[in-house]
Amino acid sequence: MPKLMVEARDLYKSFGETQAVDGVSFSVPIGQVVGFLGPNGAGKTSTLRMFAGYLEPTKGQAIIDGVAVSDDPLLAREKIGYLPENCPLYDDMMVVDFLRFVAEVRMIPPSQQDARLRLVCDRCGILSVLGKDIGQLSKGYRQRVGLAQAIVGDPDLLLLDEPTSGLDPNQILEIRALIKELGKEKTIILSTHILPEVQASCDRVIIISDGKLVADDTPDALMTKGTASRVSMLFGPMDSATVDVHRIREILADIPETRSVSSRPGEGDGTLGFSVDVGGDGDARSALFQTVVQHGLPLLEMHREQVSLEETFRKLTQGD
Amino acid sequence: MIFVRRTLSIAKREFQSYFNSPIAYIVIGVFLLLSGWFFFTPLFLAGRSTLRGFFSFTPVLFIMFIPAITMRLLAEEVKTGTLEWLTSMPLRDLEVVLGKFLAALGFIAVALAITIPYPISVDMIGALDWGPVIGGYLGLLLLAGAFLAVGLFASSLTENQIVAFIIGVTFCFTLYMVDKVLFFLPEQLGAIFQYLSVDYHFRNIARGVIDTRDIIFYFGLMIVALFLTMESLKRRHA
Ligand SMILES: Nc1ncnc2c1ncn2[C@@H]1O[C@H](COP(=O)(O)OP(=O)(O)OP(=O)(O)O)[C@@H](O)[C@H]1O
Ligand SMILES: [Mg+2]
Repeated sequence: MPKLMVEARDLYKSFGETQAVDGVSFSVPIGQVVGFLGPNGAGKTSTLRMFAGYLEPTKGQAIIDGVAVSDDPLLAREKIGYLPENCPLYDDMMVVDFLRFVAEVRMIPPSQQDARLRLVCDRCGILSVLGKDIGQLSKGYRQRVGLAQAIVGDPDLLLLDEPTSGLDPNQILEIRALIKELGKEKTIILSTHILPEVQASCDRVIIISDGKLVADDTPDALMTKGTASRVSMLFGPMDSATVDVHRIREILADIPETRSVSSRPGEGDGTLGFSVDVGGDGDARSALFQTVVQHGLPLLEMHREQVSLEETFRKLTQGD
Repeated sequence: MIFVRRTLSIAKREFQSYFNSPIAYIVIGVFLLLSGWFFFTPLFLAGRSTLRGFFSFTPVLFIMFIPAITMRLLAEEVKTGTLEWLTSMPLRDLEVVLGKFLAALGFIAVALAITIPYPISVDMIGALDWGPVIGGYLGLLLLAGAFLAVGLFASSLTENQIVAFIIGVTFCFTLYMVDKVLFFLPEQLGAIFQYLSVDYHFRNIARGVIDTRDIIFYFGLMIVALFLTMESLKRRHA
């Protein structure tokens, strides 16, 4: 079994009546980049805060690299770099002074601080703004400083709460590239509600909604999995006197994988289109093909529709 | 050792950030102006060289000035969200609280150091009894430490700096005034209230008599207030 970097053991967090996190468990092996996805108020920030040591779980344990945050908060915090939501930083400090402060608190020996800071600033592309006040930086640079402070101490785990929110499209791409780069050597959990983000930068997606975990898979698997399969078929051209729509429907509905069959527009000239919703995790296309051939139906085209991650996300988080 | 280094890192950052904001310069400027006024007025009016005015009015000035220095220390961090970030750093609450306290104490020490020309000039006019002066400065530092700890506690109770200031002034004012309402009270209760007064102990020390009971009082007050500050911080992220 690969060594675990992060483990959520049945985490609960309530604020009075509100159940912000409602029994979440998952584990992340070393080196994985995990997208933590959910609609507003799902409990992403609350979960990350329990790992960062800012919130005490009402119940359950947050474990980082084998250390329970509640047992040894200092040791756990040495292992993480945390970028809170909205990137709070000391606006009145110069970038370089702030990073030096981080290096001091992270116990980097004074003789190594310069080299370490240069490396970090180079990676994050902030060498040109070192002498500026943090409060004067553009949002993109501010976010880079936020990432830079998280990696100054070279922690194994990065917790990034919406690292690209509020940035323009170019900045989003650049920050994503930076995160991808960092993901080569670190375990990362990043929260977001932007779906393309997880497709772009994550090995794995954990979706929570209303404080509960509703999905945990790779981005690709989530797009094709479970409820999400639909096969569209096109038949023809055929003589409507010999074969009617109802007959084809019956034939298609007859195989075990089929959940429902509906008509869809053909391409004219006696063609007939159908959408077949299929269940199960496997691919239903071969079963469909066999049936079609057995009954001698003139199949023109068949393909599986890509159900977008958006659709999966909506289905999972709206609890229909 | 690590504890000391981390505490000093916090203190250094906080101390430097005082001088990034105009408030620091305003506070020091106004403090020097007012304390100078209390110092020079008796000198010119009575022709007497004495520091009594300075030492009896500075504690009153502290009631206003110290909460102004401490009000932002925690309230602002809560408001801007940096406290969340700071909490995720490998730091103990005690290191954070103590670091901030030391920074504010350093700031007050700077303000007091700038007033040292007062006694020196008095000494040049006529020989000065340095005992009470040294006692007075020591007393002011202890008094300031107690007020700073109380002000820091006030700052931990809210994310609004102005509210923190008002709470701080109220606490400090109460601690200053408790022994001034003694005539209302039966004798034994009066003794307790007198012991709780920061000004009573200050007057003892400022006479040049260093009594451990007075020192213990100030340190006790600091410890209690800093402890309460840590408890209040803990509740923020409970
Ligand atoms: N300090 C708090 N006090 C009271 N309720 C809170 C607190 N923090 C969070 N909540 C509530 O807990 C729930 C989860 O909030 P959380 O911030 O974790 O969600 P999120 O997934 O990060 O949302 P977003 O996408 O908007 O950032 C929300 O209903 C929120 O109102
Ligand atoms: Mg959030």
